[in-house]
Amino acid sequence: MYKEILQSIEGVSVYPIISLIVFVLFFAIILVWMLKVDKKYIKKMENLPFENEEENNFNNTGDLYEKKV
Amino acid sequence: MQLEKFSYDNKIVRDFTIASLVFGVVGMLVGVLIATQLFAPELNFSIPFLTFGRIRPLHTNAVIFAFVGNAIFAGIYYSLPRLLKAPMFSTLLSRIHFWGWQLIIVAAAISLPLGLTTSKEYAELEWPIDIAITLIWVVFGINMIGTILKRREKHLYVAIWFFIATWVTVAVLHIVNSFEIPVSLFKSYSLYAGVQDALVQWWYGHNAVAFFLTTPYLGLMYYYLPKAANRPVYSYKLSIIHFWALIFLYIWAGPHHLLYSALPDWAQSLGTVFSIMLIAPSWGGMINGLLTLRGAWDRVREDPILKFMVVAVTAYGMSTFEGPMLSLKNVNAIAHFTDWIIAHVHIGALGWNGFLTAGMFYWLVPKIFKTELYSKKMANVHFWVGTLGIVFYASAMYWSGVAQSLMWKQFNDMGMLQYPNFLETTLQIIPMYIIRAFGGTLYLVGMLLMVYNLTKTMMAGKLAANEEAEAAPMHKDEKEKISHRWLEGKPIYFMVAALVVVLIGGVVEFVPTFLVKSNIPTIASVKPYTPLELQGRDIYIREACNSCHSQLVRPFRSETERYGEYSKAGEFVYDHPFLWGSKRTGPDLHREGGKYPNLWHYLHMENPRSMSPGSIMPPYPWLIENTLDISLTPNKINALRSIGVPYPEGYENQATDDLMKQAEAIALDLQKNGVPAEPDKEIIALIAYLQRLGTDIKANPVLESR
Repeated sequence: MYKEILQSIEGVSVYPIISLIVFVLFFAIILVWMLKVDKKYIKKMENLPFENEEENNFNNTGDLYEKKV
Repeated sequence: MQLEKFSYDNKIVRDFTIASLVFGVVGMLVGVLIATQLFAPELNFSIPFLTFGRIRPLHTNAVIFAFVGNAIFAGIYYSLPRLLKAPMFSTLLSRIHFWGWQLIIVAAAISLPLGLTTSKEYAELEWPIDIAITLIWVVFGINMIGTILKRREKHLYVAIWFFIATWVTVAVLHIVNSFEIPVSLFKSYSLYAGVQDALVQWWYGHNAVAFFLTTPYLGLMYYYLPKAANRPVYSYKLSIIHFWALIFLYIWAGPHHLLYSALPDWAQSLGTVFSIMLIAPSWGGMINGLLTLRGAWDRVREDPILKFMVVAVTAYGMSTFEGPMLSLKNVNAIAHFTDWIIAHVHIGALGWNGFLTAGMFYWLVPKIFKTELYSKKMANVHFWVGTLGIVFYASAMYWSGVAQSLMWKQFNDMGMLQYPNFLETTLQIIPMYIIRAFGGTLYLVGMLLMVYNLTKTMMAGKLAANEEAEAAPMHKDEKEKISHRWLEGKPIYFMVAALVVVLIGGVVEFVPTFLVKSNIPTIASVKPYTPLELQGRDIYIREACNSCHSQLVRPFRSETERYGEYSKAGEFVYDHPFLWGSKRTGPDLHREGGKYPNLWHYLHMENPRSMSPGSIMPPYPWLIENTLDISLTPNKINALRSIGVPYPEGYENQATDDLMKQAEAIALDLQKNGVPAEPDKEIIALIAYLQRLGTDIKANPVLESR
């Protein structure tokens, strides 16, 4: 059943190659985005789990964190 | 800005937590029982419902879908609303999700011991339950996506990405792997046959591990580890890269479960390559988890929650390094079919899943009950008892896996197998089985300590059923400078993107195998099973003989010497479902046909130790007493014909007569040899099937490749 459906698609064998290219491009975009991303955004994101309760603002450099001023 | 008031539903978190704990204990108890049966087979008490083959899937399903599944839901129902600053989309859907999931678990707990199984590992449940799982999964999806859509927080924290990917992928996996044609309410045949069925099954099996046991737990790790450690995750950037790499690579790696099988070579290599690449994102996740604790290691010494999490993340790192190593063909040649794999999965299950669950619950329960943990000391004891349990379990299984495999492959100076009797290699590792059961028991004791500790905590506190919260609404016109809005700001796009990434892997794996005929060379002499053999095969499935016996002779000299000609893809074209198995607790059965007389099988099934002294196979006396149910024979023939098995039109009318004729011949042969066999018993059908196994190519060994 599925065989007939797939076989009826013209040039189906090229799809895997297209999909591989799509992924590699996608992954490249993610990498570039991560390299160029705004530091403020990252800081906001990594503090998301803490926003509900304590108004702590963590720095991401070492072992201590400071209270938000 | 106007703050809006709302509340978080903690009751659903508590319910899922309790369900996870209860089913966790049950699942592990069954685990200890089957571990014990492996050195004391009489512990099945000659009751069919307690036999290894039937309750081994009960153990795996209970631990994966009941213990881990409920823990995932508890974790998500707590973290998701808080990360989104919105209550769950619908309390009613939460309740339906909870009770629906528990009903499915109960249905599984009843149907599996009854022998109602599809035989596909981790997808054993029959088709009505499959449909129920689909419905409940959709309820969960609507509830989760609905919450995301009406959130008050613009950004989706990385944990939510993992949750979304989990939902999307598990839906795809479950549906694709569950295509089956029903014969009756409790019986169905897989739509796929042989090699294709194996490929779909292990694409599913592998990714069930990936997207039920790994991605949701990584999501939980990214929320609960920072919470418990009270510091943000080490690198948020790393978490994003590791997320996309992980979900893309994982989906391709399934064929590494089928190395040296009859699967085409290119598919095997694909699985290996992607498995090796998987080390990078997996270790990215582990490193991110461990480095979150940098500077806080002094607290790890005191805090049992952090201890559990550190060992969990470390176990994750260990098993995700071991996995790719096991995908190398030369390592796989030794490890596959042995206890090594059992050790590998239990590092993941007991270490990663079990310990992260424990860490999460020890943190979560006091939080929602607004109290302190009843006993920190007891949690510490749980940690040490559990860790010891894992060490005993894993080291025993590594030892027995490697030892047995080397014995299978050992030749003597004469060029003959050193241990031609399979049983010899089994008896060698019995002490390891005893140690394993001991390790499992220790782990279970730890679980019981946790249940006691958390129960006491719950009784000491009072559940904050509806926790008040407030947050500013999300502004649509809010100017957003950050460039990724196109993806992360729009959860539906995000979901589609995740789906596409996941489907790519599946398509690349399946399309060629399904299309290219030369991938499965057909063999002219391979014929469909006779009605009696078909019934025998269904008994084989019911008793889950494939839990302990493979039907796949790999192309090694040590295996062709022991079992006979190696297995060809074309031999399985009428196998709905495939029954290759994944573990050789007993010998391979693919060339069993004609190896022993009917009488041997009869006496062996009645009491294996009468034919093989010391055997750890349980006796199956009920096969000799039970009358074979032949009422479904025509339906079975019709169902199989409709999915491509070439039974001639109208054969269903003749099938019962053919079945009786073949049964009488076998019964007559048995009677001549002095056992009071009757032709209408189940044992006759099973013998017919066993005698047919792997004999087709002997009739005409010429491969006819089309």
